[in-house]
Amino acid sequence: MASFKPETEASLVDVVQAALADRTPLELIGNGTKAALGRPMQTAATLDLSNFSAVSLYEPEELVITAGAGTRLDEVRKLLDDKGQEFAFEPPDLSGLLGSAHAGTLGGMLACNLSGPRRLKAGAARDHILGVAGVSGRGEAFKAGGRVVKNVTGYDLAKLMAGSFGTLAALTMVTFKTLPRAEGEETLVIEGLSDEEAIAAMSLAMQSPCEVSAAAHLPQAVAKGVAMTLLRLEGVPPSIAYRRDKLIKMLAPSAPLHQLKAEDSRAQWISVRDVHPFAGPSDRYVWRLSVPPAEGARVAASLARQLDMRWFYDWTGGLIWLEVPPTADAAASLIRAAIPQGHATLMRADEATRNSVPIFQPQPAALSALARRVKIAFDPLGIFNPGRMQEGY
Amino acid sequence: MIAMPLPDKVTLARRREIAEALRQFVPGEGVIETPVEMRAYETDALTAYRQMPLVVVLPETTAQVSAVLKYCHAHGVKVVPRGAGTSLSGGALPLADGVLLGLGKFNRILDIDYANRCVVTQPGVTNLAITQAVEHKGFYYAPDPSSQIARTIGGNVAENSGGVHCLKYGLTANNVLGIEMVLVTGEVIRLGGKHLDSEAYDLLGVMTGSEGLLGVVTEATVRILQKPETARAVLVGFPSNEDAGRCVADIISAGIIPGGMEMMDRPAIHAAEEFVHAGYPLEAEALLIIELDGCPAEIDHLIERVVAIANRNRANSCRVSESEEERLVFWAGRKAAFPAVGRISPDYICMDGTIPRRRLPEVLNGMAELSRHYGLRVANVFHAGDGNLHPLILFDANDPDELTRAEKFGADILRLCVKVGGVLTGEHGVGIEKRDLMPEMFSEADLNQQQRLKCAFDDKGLLNPGKVFPVLHRCAELGRMVVRGGKLPHADLPRF
Ligand SMILES: Cc1cc2nc3c(=O)[nH]c(=O)nc-3n(C[C@H](O)[C@H](O)[C@H](O)COP(=O)(O)OP(=O)(O)OC[C@H]3O[C@@H](n4cnc5c(N)ncnc54)[C@H](O)[C@@H]3O)c2cc1C
Repeated sequence: MASFKPETEASLVDVVQAALADRTPLELIGNGTKAALGRPMQTAATLDLSNFSAVSLYEPEELVITAGAGTRLDEVRKLLDDKGQEFAFEPPDLSGLLGSAHAGTLGGMLACNLSGPRRLKAGAARDHILGVAGVSGRGEAFKAGGRVVKNVTGYDLAKLMAGSFGTLAALTMVTFKTLPRAEGEETLVIEGLSDEEAIAAMSLAMQSPCEVSAAAHLPQAVAKGVAMTLLRLEGVPPSIAYRRDKLIKMLAPSAPLHQLKAEDSRAQWISVRDVHPFAGPSDRYVWRLSVPPAEGARVAASLARQLDMRWFYDWTGGLIWLEVPPTADAAASLIRAAIPQGHATLMRADEATRNSVPIFQPQPAALSALARRVKIAFDPLGIFNPGRMQEGY
Repeated sequence: MIAMPLPDKVTLARRREIAEALRQFVPGEGVIETPVEMRAYETDALTAYRQMPLVVVLPETTAQVSAVLKYCHAHGVKVVPRGAGTSLSGGALPLADGVLLGLGKFNRILDIDYANRCVVTQPGVTNLAITQAVEHKGFYYAPDPSSQIARTIGGNVAENSGGVHCLKYGLTANNVLGIEMVLVTGEVIRLGGKHLDSEAYDLLGVMTGSEGLLGVVTEATVRILQKPETARAVLVGFPSNEDAGRCVADIISAGIIPGGMEMMDRPAIHAAEEFVHAGYPLEAEALLIIELDGCPAEIDHLIERVVAIANRNRANSCRVSESEEERLVFWAGRKAAFPAVGRISPDYICMDGTIPRRRLPEVLNGMAELSRHYGLRVANVFHAGDGNLHPLILFDANDPDELTRAEKFGADILRLCVKVGGVLTGEHGVGIEKRDLMPEMFSEADLNQQQRLKCAFDDKGLLNPGKVFPVLHRCAELGRMVVRGGKLPHADLPRF
């Protein structure tokens, strides 16, 4: 298979123009770490964007970084860390789940709209992208957004790239907001709660002014031992101590509790963030469900009655990671029928299954037609990642 | 003055017929067509521009909005959506040949859901009303623009509005979880909801800040947050803008993100102090209000650090609020800055650029020079944390020459913002006000791509035309593709 790896925007435009002339569909890759995500594609060539990998601007006091879309996330993380900063949305490293080499690139992080446990407080990649530059499927270079944190000039095309899985544009440059890392962290662990009790406790904690920055629940089967409900507090040390005491008093759980300090807390949340409980190699399939947080336990309970599954919750119950047996339809219809509002995405399955099961939540007709028109606005001939998200785009 | 597209004579001639047709969908007083009654809709908060609409329609249900839009789409009639009409950029300015679709009757909160920490509301509910509905449980809706008493959630979504707390708590875009909207075809779609992530293309993100050009929002689900336990403010005067600017950078470099961080320049300080007597330091060239919120233990800890940073940056006065009353007094001057300026000048226009913060001294000096050049005064209030400037240009609208100069002055300020790496508008929107400046920031290709997205939503260009884009293209023309000949250039590209 032919592979193109342009080094400049001009040569990228040439590649896309030529692909248009030949009607050659292209698979867009950063480092290919998320190739196993989305619907499998039939493309004649790959367009590798990993040469766009230089950090062109990082101004910590302005809270902004601009880098090539092919820049590796792990490298940028180090750079930010050195200045006491981070991406506040905690982009996960899904390499364990997807069996890839590393966390991938900034472009991939945006294209998949990644987010971690702090999603409930800080949002996702879409909430932190400030600007993009790239080449559309029309073979035209364009840019959108800017480098300042507050900007409403024109449509937010930069946000539109979030969650577009490379179906709209080949990005060359991305500008993200950065934020200071909290000085400290600590996690309160309540042991042995049932799912419903855990969600009620997490919900109560979130309704308090204790500024919980992450809330997850690992049922017994996943926690290996006793179920754990995790509540993370971040900030300056005196503030953490104050809020921890307040939280304990408020929740007054009859269940035993303990605390995870700095390093242990960090390690625990990386495990939740990166979905370590379901890391491969494994032939079992993995789903990611986004539902109204208070519905989490009900959704899981109704599925557990019908499926041999393991699961855990993040985002106070709003995010459910679900591991199911490798059946032909990956239990797709069952799972989607159980969701009152929200969506289910098939994150890991073999290629045959990914070919036959809708990976992303099917959309109502009017919305799906609109999404198709948006695709055409950027890529009228369908040469970028054709069929990656839905049939046709 | 900025020119609007010429009205379509055929549509003007069909006014009665259109009004009658709309009455079928929206009965009774929901359709307004007498000049006296339509007068209230003739302008928004960009009051230099006035235009009577063709007819005003005030639907009450999503089904009515859908029927109105379907009719307008079928008959090629333009539509301007309107919330409270507080847009500062002319986004809600009517068109002579367009139906003005007011959402004022969508004024109910539909669902308050503490367990999921969100509120489902109709778009005509005011920003402040949401906070009032949930504050007895300690919750609030975070984006808090100065106009929050009046402005609607629909308008907030359409403008992606901010406020003084958005450095820490985000803009509207970060606080809206979902919407129901009606496309110009009358189709009703839902984006997002009570869950945190809306999947696939981020059309919710695109709708936020789309200035009424892509669809009509008929319902919104917004995130509510628990109020911080306490808040305290520090009021610091500086001998120069440079010192104040450095202080802001140092606070952020120290890893502190204040709940709010506002700056005022000398003319703004004086105008505000004369108006509300907040005890602002009149000898200062620049004033910072830095608010820290959270639990008491945290605030005490951080205030000490902030005061030390301020003193290191040559602060010549520094007061920490010791009570809630005092904190509110510190803010009173800032919150009243616009009316305060209104007292010292017959008229003013409020500009809204954003710049990389460290370019502030340069931009303020540039503004002082422009002020001399145009012979008009300017006062500055500034969301210092995120670099969002609000220069207020003082003029007298009764003197046409002053209005022209004020507009030119404003345009030059925005050009300067773009030149230093900033943008034309941080939170007020492009509307008509900055429409013709868009090419300062975007190339033709950039603007064409934005308009192609518009075509995906509105193929006939009927929603709010004449706003945001300086040149209107037909969708067919924008969709045309010129593909250069040639084979994939295998030979001269690096491969592996
Ligand atoms: C004194 C004053 C202070 C202000 N301070 C701030 C501030 O601090 N921060 C800030 O960000 N802004 C501020 N603004 C600007 C203004 O209040 C905001 O832009 C506000 O969001 C507009 O809301 P509205 O309901 O008045 O909308 P309108 O002015 O009626 O409409 C604004 C735009 O939204 C569109 N629109 C309205 N409703 C809908 C809907 N339901 N569906 C689709 N499109 C719709 C309109 O077509 C128009 O383009 C201020 C304005 C004033 C007058």
